[in-house]
Amino acid sequence: MAEIRVQNLRKAFGAFVAVQDSNFVVEDGEFFVMLGPSGCGKTTTLRMIAGLELPTGGKILLGGEDVTMRRARERDIAFVFQLFALYPHMNVRRNIGFPLLAQGMPPAEIRSRVEETAKLLRIDHLLDKSVSGLAGGDRQRVALGRAIVRRPKCFLMDEPLGTLDTEFRDLMVHELRELHNRIHATTVYVTHDQMEAMSMADKIAVMNHGVIEQFGTPREIYDRPATMFVADFIGSPPMNFLKFGGGLAKGAKEIVVQGAKVAVPEVREDIAPADMALGIRPEHIRFDDGSKLRGAIYGTEYLGTTQIVAVETADGIIKARVPAGIHLSPGEQVGLALNGARLSLFEKGSGRAVRTAMHDQAAEARHG
Amino acid sequence: MSLTTAHSVVAPSSNAKLIAGTIIIAYALISIVPLLWIFATSFKTPPDSIAYPPKIVFQPSIEGYCNLFTTRTRQTPEYINSLGPATGFCDETVRKRNMVIAGPSNFLPRFVNSLIIAFGSTFCAVFLGTLSAYGFSRFQVPLADDLLFFILSTRFMPPIAVAIPIYLMYRELGLSDTALGMILLYTAVNVSLAVWLLKGFIDEIPREYEEAAMIDGYTRLQAFWRTVLPQATTGIAATAIFCLIFAWNEYAFAALLTSGSAQTAPPFIPTIIGEGGQDWPAVAAGTTIFLVPILVFTILLRKQLLRGITFGAVRK
Repeated sequence: MAEIRVQNLRKAFGAFVAVQDSNFVVEDGEFFVMLGPSGCGKTTTLRMIAGLELPTGGKILLGGEDVTMRRARERDIAFVFQLFALYPHMNVRRNIGFPLLAQGMPPAEIRSRVEETAKLLRIDHLLDKSVSGLAGGDRQRVALGRAIVRRPKCFLMDEPLGTLDTEFRDLMVHELRELHNRIHATTVYVTHDQMEAMSMADKIAVMNHGVIEQFGTPREIYDRPATMFVADFIGSPPMNFLKFGGGLAKGAKEIVVQGAKVAVPEVREDIAPADMALGIRPEHIRFDDGSKLRGAIYGTEYLGTTQIVAVETADGIIKARVPAGIHLSPGEQVGLALNGARLSLFEKGSGRAVRTAMHDQAAEARHG
Repeated sequence: MSLTTAHSVVAPSSNAKLIAGTIIIAYALISIVPLLWIFATSFKTPPDSIAYPPKIVFQPSIEGYCNLFTTRTRQTPEYINSLGPATGFCDETVRKRNMVIAGPSNFLPRFVNSLIIAFGSTFCAVFLGTLSAYGFSRFQVPLADDLLFFILSTRFMPPIAVAIPIYLMYRELGLSDTALGMILLYTAVNVSLAVWLLKGFIDEIPREYEEAAMIDGYTRLQAFWRTVLPQATTGIAATAIFCLIFAWNEYAFAALLTSGSAQTAPPFIPTIIGEGGQDWPAVAAGTTIFLVPILVFTILLRKQLLRGITFGAVRK
């Protein structure tokens, strides 16, 4: 096992830049997820780490060794493909043993290693079956088996659960994380599914248009999105935005949105007057008739313990997550109270988050 | 109101099945009659073979096969009577026609030439075709579309249009009437077909297989050999059959470029006519034997052809 260090990594296909100056470090034994919409460059980054694509610029270090221009087979990594890529002309046993065969391992040793791996994944009863007859989840386990049998430096996974049914997917998310907890293999996992990312990752990098928008733990990314893109991409429903104008002064604790004063975490930098946005997670909204921030109920979505309520305000629809017990009827006027400690502020032009007291806690937490 | 029975809109009606079946059977009969006629003629005696009206029922004889494999000389009955007893069935048959066997005919060596040239060129065309198709399918080849069109364009001209230049070239290079020359020629003609057919098959095989193998420690060539090739067998078998049929049946180039040691069976068989009359049973016997290898080859690869491509564990 080894850490993966990516420095100024860049990939261009002709005029199209797929990955722009990426920098990140995946620590030894960490489960790292690259998350982003399709075409954001996450798969290209993964393929460059694997050696299936050569970068246009930058460096990739595996366990301290520069492997940027090395061939895939010289990197000692394992890759799990979205389509599994199980060889249909081989049975399960031969599929799992295939990487060991390349190393010239004696057949008896291959046999015992394959059986040990199969037991770990609970597919030992399938070893002599043909791969074409297997169910989706079992195919996934065989593909994982082929990856872990070699005990490589790290695992790279390209949306490995993308083709599974929802039922299998939840099961495999759980199994993958459990497997990771047992073998502690450095893992880079690519997905566009935020639920997978949030539930499995130690660290997440959110990518968009070839740029890493934010790198951090799932909690950091959810609580303190670094950009409006991240705020919008993570969370279901995503973060609400309400626009407001004017600059911000260092130490400000209050802003004015739609004529109502709203308490916000203390601002830590001076911002020149510009279009701004206030970011509010749906669960940080409460109904309070005393609030000056008002709207009309547009519709509700019942989820059992909570409900998502769409409220039409002067600045479009915002969604609130409130207890399911509150009864609301469409058209009803409500006041909205916001949790002042948990709000984000963004510069609309650049999409960047303004530094506030919320970020101090983050810095403290990291150093403490 | 009449009662109508429910019927499927997708399944063909029984009438349609009957009509389709009749057409297929009729077509099969029409196709097989010439083959059966050749097969029957090969077991007729020369007089039976040219009898009018044609004989459907006849006394079978292997005289045609005897004549095919031997050369014979006409002798006086006195000379034949002076010889010892006949040494075999063929000997006995030809003596009845006042002839004795002078030696083996050229049919066997010509047939062997056909085998060597057809299978040799098929192997070369499929080998080169598979590698080129893989290259075109997986790598960014500069001007790939133009190159592929150029490869295809080699098949636009009828063989006879290029026959004279090739004849002159081969004479200069010392390739006329050699098996190597014929293998090269048939390979050149077939490789375009092989590249195009195989490119289609290889395009359908996901790249992930090779990529997985290359990450798992194999070189590209090993990955190609162990993952792509096994999955391309269906396409390779189909391509091989098409190439073999062309090379096996080719007449125009063979007639022009081979005359002696490298002559193949197709230009040889017609030369049987004229050696001592129109010996149709011998021609038919030659044709019947000539059909066997291609029949066997097709039957052997039948399963591969029908199996279709299985993508196995890959979900598309």
